[in-house]
Amino acid sequence: MSKLISSVSPHFFTHRTTRTIMIDVIIALMPALTASAVIFGWRSLLIVGVCAASCVISEFLFEKLCKRENTAGDLSAVVTGMLLAFNLPVTIPVWQAVFGSIVAIIVVKQLFGGIGQNFANPAITARIVLMTAFSGTMTHWTAPVLPHDAVSSATPLAAAAKGIKESMPPYLELFLGNHSGCLGETCALALIIGGAYLLIRRVISWHTPVAFIGTVALMSLFCGRDVLYQVMSGGLLLGALFMATDYSTTPHTKWGKIIFGIGCGLLTVLIRFWGNLPEGVSFSILLMNILTPYITKLTRVKPLSGGVKA
Amino acid sequence: MRLHGIKIPHKKNTAGIAPVELPIPSRVRIPMSMHIGRTSKVIVKKGDTVKVGQLIGQAEGFVSSDIHSSVSGTVEKIDEMITAGGDRVPCVSIVSDGRQEMYEGIKPPAVDDFDSFVKAVRQSGAVGLGGAGFPSFVKLGVDDLSRIDAVVINAAECEPYITSDTRTMIDKGGYVFKGIEAIKKYMGIRHFIIGIENNKREAISVMQELAGKTDGVGVRVLPSLYPQGSEKVLVYNTMKRIIPKGGLPLDIGVIVTNVTTLAFIAEYLEKGIPLVSKCLTVDGSAVKEPKNVIAPIGMSISDLIEAAGGLKNEPAKVMYGGPMMGITVPSMDEPVLKNTNAVIFMDSREAAPPKTTPCISCGACADHCPLRLDPRAIARAYKTDDGEELEKLCVDLCMECGCCAFVCPAHRPLVQTNKLGKLRLREYHDELKAQKEKEQKERETKAEKEKKTAQKGEVSHE
Repeated sequence: MSKLISSVSPHFFTHRTTRTIMIDVIIALMPALTASAVIFGWRSLLIVGVCAASCVISEFLFEKLCKRENTAGDLSAVVTGMLLAFNLPVTIPVWQAVFGSIVAIIVVKQLFGGIGQNFANPAITARIVLMTAFSGTMTHWTAPVLPHDAVSSATPLAAAAKGIKESMPPYLELFLGNHSGCLGETCALALIIGGAYLLIRRVISWHTPVAFIGTVALMSLFCGRDVLYQVMSGGLLLGALFMATDYSTTPHTKWGKIIFGIGCGLLTVLIRFWGNLPEGVSFSILLMNILTPYITKLTRVKPLSGGVKA
Repeated sequence: MRLHGIKIPHKKNTAGIAPVELPIPSRVRIPMSMHIGRTSKVIVKKGDTVKVGQLIGQAEGFVSSDIHSSVSGTVEKIDEMITAGGDRVPCVSIVSDGRQEMYEGIKPPAVDDFDSFVKAVRQSGAVGLGGAGFPSFVKLGVDDLSRIDAVVINAAECEPYITSDTRTMIDKGGYVFKGIEAIKKYMGIRHFIIGIENNKREAISVMQELAGKTDGVGVRVLPSLYPQGSEKVLVYNTMKRIIPKGGLPLDIGVIVTNVTTLAFIAEYLEKGIPLVSKCLTVDGSAVKEPKNVIAPIGMSISDLIEAAGGLKNEPAKVMYGGPMMGITVPSMDEPVLKNTNAVIFMDSREAAPPKTTPCISCGACADHCPLRLDPRAIARAYKTDDGEELEKLCVDLCMECGCCAFVCPAHRPLVQTNKLGKLRLREYHDELKAQKEKEQKERETKAEKEKKTAQKGEVSHE
């Protein structure tokens, strides 16, 4: 008879793995990907493909170089690549997209220890690097290929910031994403479907998105801005549902998530309404990423150690 | 406040089948430690004839338990065995004569007050049959009865596969309530709560019917959320009381007892037959016919499975207890113990260990810990050898229920790191103690030296 396995309990495990979680996220990004292809044409698919591929290749090569265990199979690099591409304008030169992917994976993720160890969101940090390095191409917005009502190709937030009423698309176009912007952020409908899928699959919890979007909505109301417009335009939905819910760069306690979301919301509003930039979601998430360890520490749950006689 | 838990597959395949009495094996091996506490002392020698229910191991010290022969026959040898827990303990091997003659001294114990009740429980050899194996007479032999206001009867049976407690409630429900009456009579406790998970309909209806005829007994139907049957969780969910860290239910005025233990004690009071056989669940993916069996204590696992219908697949992992907290056995020669409530045989597919990948910091472990610990932080503190942090994280509170390791998508060995963390914390406490003693000693020698120099000074002064 063969030898019996001896091991510490438990002997049952969940079927969920890092890979299945990442597959869930990829599935959740599919509606937005489809929407971007419809709105901006085939080039959006090219950019997403290039980013995903260069992320996976950089992860694979870097781990090979460092003789680390290969984690390309867990598909987290694909998710990073897709999210980065969603944050780029469709017109971006391919080499810049590749550069951004390399920054995301090697500088932001691998140099800090790889999956689960990075303190900043790779996609967002890479987007900010590209923004500062290539501000021209990063803000070169084109109008959607579909027929649309808005007059200019300015993004809705830029239009709102400048007060150009005619350039502001109507709510329905905003909701369907038929306006200019980063390729994956425009279609609110697709993002909400993806977010709902992640919530149902329990990949993310509701705390961060609700706190984030709720804070932006409340602050907009408070400052006399158009609430629906603020919520549906820019990268808010993409950021709140897919980036502010990243595991390793955000707090994992319930109250920590709520504080994180509120912080992101406040910073976003601050940058949007009073900053020089029309959009502030990326910076707000990055800034809150830095605070994550402190928020986690602050909201740490007390163990059920008792000591009190009821 | 609600305690976290996990939804796991129930696999209660055997709940509807009445237990089968197994034929007596040709040989039993009875280890002298089937309980928490001191190993019992062997009181028979090689060549002695013994009968069913005869005392062969005597309790030693305050926390220990009497052990009785489960067969009639001859003591073949007394040697040592290594338990699944890794301890070396004396072990009595008895060759059965197949007649199963009862020991002459067996008669219902004379019980008329609290002391004689506790003595009877001690003589019955009862230990916590839910798996813990804590000697029952120690648990029931409370110094100050006025401290206790309730007994929580643990009938949650939250582990997958296991249905032996379910069968006790269905087949021996009457004894459960006789046990309750005995505790009422001899210990003066008036309030009883039976906690059952809601996936045991038949057992619940039996208990509810009987509870309707008895004063002071409530049946609490609890959600099937593992680990509902762990002492801390059960006491919180039934009484809303929290057992203090390092303490016992006694500290908050509660006695928690497993339902099968209680039924056994009642049966002993009536018949006088000590704990020599055990109803246990035989199940798992490698088993041909999953069922509950009544097996003599000391029967080897290989005899057990042969008598219970055999295996359909090669077993890859065999364990005492359920898949969440079960202890794997090194070989099929291991005996059935007093506190064995199930033996699970897993084939290579079910037992295949999942691949461990890097932690993705998802926080699922902390989100599902019933005691609100943070296994990820504990693993980090253990890795960095930080005793102080382990103390802060209350690693010694962990009951090793396995929720964290179950839900971990990276399949980190979190129960293992928690266990190691506990060990490290104990070392840290020892180090602190040694440090303190050293400082104390230094202070004393210093004081002595000063005293001496002062004396010298005085002397020279003169």
